[in-house]
Amino acid sequence: MDEAPNAGLRVRLAQETPIALDAELTCEPGEMLALVGPSGSGKSTILRTIAGLVRPRDGAVSCNGETWLDTARGVDLPPQQRAVGLVFQHYALFPHLTALDNITISLGALPKEERRARAQALLALVNLSGFEERRPAELSGGQQQRIAVARALARNPRVLLMDEPFSAVDQVTRRKLQRELVQMRRTLRIPLVLVTHDLEEARMLADQLSILHRGQTLRRGPPTEVMSRPGSALVARMIGLTNLFDGVVREQRPDQGYTMLEWRGRLLEARYDPAFQPATRVTWVIPAETVILHRRDRPSRGERENPVSGVVDEFVPLGELASVRVLVDGADELPLSFVVPTHVARRNGVVAGVSVTVSLLADGIHLMPAEARDDRKAL
Amino acid sequence: MDWIALTLSLRLAAWTVVLLLPLGVLVARLLAWRRFAGKGFVEALIALPLVLPPTVLGYYLLVTFGGSSPAGQAFQAVFGRSLVFTFEGLLLASVIFNLPFAIQPIQRAFESIQPDLREAAWVSGLSRWETFRRIELPLAWPGVLSALVLTFAHTLGEFGVVLMVGGSIPGETRTIAISLYDRVQAFDDRSAATMSAFLLAFSFVGIGLVSHLTRRIGSRHG
Repeated sequence: MDEAPNAGLRVRLAQETPIALDAELTCEPGEMLALVGPSGSGKSTILRTIAGLVRPRDGAVSCNGETWLDTARGVDLPPQQRAVGLVFQHYALFPHLTALDNITISLGALPKEERRARAQALLALVNLSGFEERRPAELSGGQQQRIAVARALARNPRVLLMDEPFSAVDQVTRRKLQRELVQMRRTLRIPLVLVTHDLEEARMLADQLSILHRGQTLRRGPPTEVMSRPGSALVARMIGLTNLFDGVVREQRPDQGYTMLEWRGRLLEARYDPAFQPATRVTWVIPAETVILHRRDRPSRGERENPVSGVVDEFVPLGELASVRVLVDGADELPLSFVVPTHVARRNGVVAGVSVTVSLLADGIHLMPAEARDDRKAL
Repeated sequence: MDWIALTLSLRLAAWTVVLLLPLGVLVARLLAWRRFAGKGFVEALIALPLVLPPTVLGYYLLVTFGGSSPAGQAFQAVFGRSLVFTFEGLLLASVIFNLPFAIQPIQRAFESIQPDLREAAWVSGLSRWETFRRIELPLAWPGVLSALVLTFAHTLGEFGVVLMVGGSIPGETRTIAISLYDRVQAFDDRSAATMSAFLLAFSFVGIGLVSHLTRRIGSRHG
């Protein structure tokens, strides 16, 4: 694949009204970028802007080296002239046309006699051969979604945009469609942009996450990085991290790879982060999977690492895994949540009311600028 | 049965449909999707013939078309004919009093089309004209069909406006509804009965056809 410096999708948008936007994103060929945010965060608007259905006050969109929009230079190509494939949230299939015609109608660029064969091939790609003559009303939700994907790909788009493509189907169908998308991705050498409010889905499918809040891109990066190092308390709360606490940086120990953090009178070892001077107030977060429950019968390695004790406030077995909430130092305002295998919890006698000790793995502790009071109320 | 009047009525209805439907589609689509100042006023104006006594409408048309009005004089100058008491004048009146019958069903039909279908068409590479021809019009078709039949049937039956603007000139402005009235005045019960029965049957079949076709297209679209 060509690796021209401006291959892929480049988007920069800014406006105050009607929906505030301050977004910047890029997506390389073959990469899947997930735009994640609550409803009203502007993610659909961004997608529609890329497609040319919405025009921002100020912005630029280029794809594969072609400028589609540049408000500064007065460039604004209509949707017909942008090589985009767009899968609508409710698919927007043409109800009066058959499945095959829904696809053929997008093949206007091909000579007439080649269209049918190409449409058949696209139907086969989405595993719907044999459904040529069905109308949308005669197809299941999952089948409609596949037709929508096939139609979006029919134009040979330079970018594939998907607006909540899995939100209108049941759980079983969703898993299946998601697997199919992952399969199909291997053959698509174009940028893929997925809009979703489902963080799990974004984590599972995307190479890059872009977290949006009120039209602003707050954080962008690979899912594991964003999830473990959200960068700000706002993003941490948006992606559902619960273990957020306030603390003060006490000392930097670059030689040991630690930043020493004071929290409720104890000193914690956190992963080295030179961004914060000693005596700086910070908000810190620890993902549930880096909180380790100590065994009651015999101590194990790693127990020296940030041991913290508390009383189990809530124990909820959810099948194989159980969710545990501990009140550190017995204080109500400091719930620490983590997940353990249910059988481990049972063996260690974890039930509501007992005292337990856990280790906060230094590598999991992520320091962020101290959170302002208003931000806490923002969500 | 007054065959001349029947032929005239059918000719009038056909011409009304031919002139009014394209205009109706254009205006209805605009009213369905565009927001503009004075839209409510325009809609009320279009609906007016539904509630206005036909003679009132007829009176104003007569005044507007008459030889002493600018419109009447302009028409006279261009075509060398008067607009009142002629087929052309009748046709123009017919187009005006059928506006709500043509526009309203088509407007409802356009309003029921999901906006994302048009966007999907544009994103699929269809120009605005192609989107109109291949997506919007087929989806609005039941409304267009209703408009066609309602306009046609209503033209055959209109009485008050026709009498005011056209008078009752055989072969020129005497429609079947006027002829029916004349027959009753002349105590020709046989002719009156035949013509009444014809108009009744025609209206009934027309309405039945529309509701049948609309339902069939509707079920196809799901």
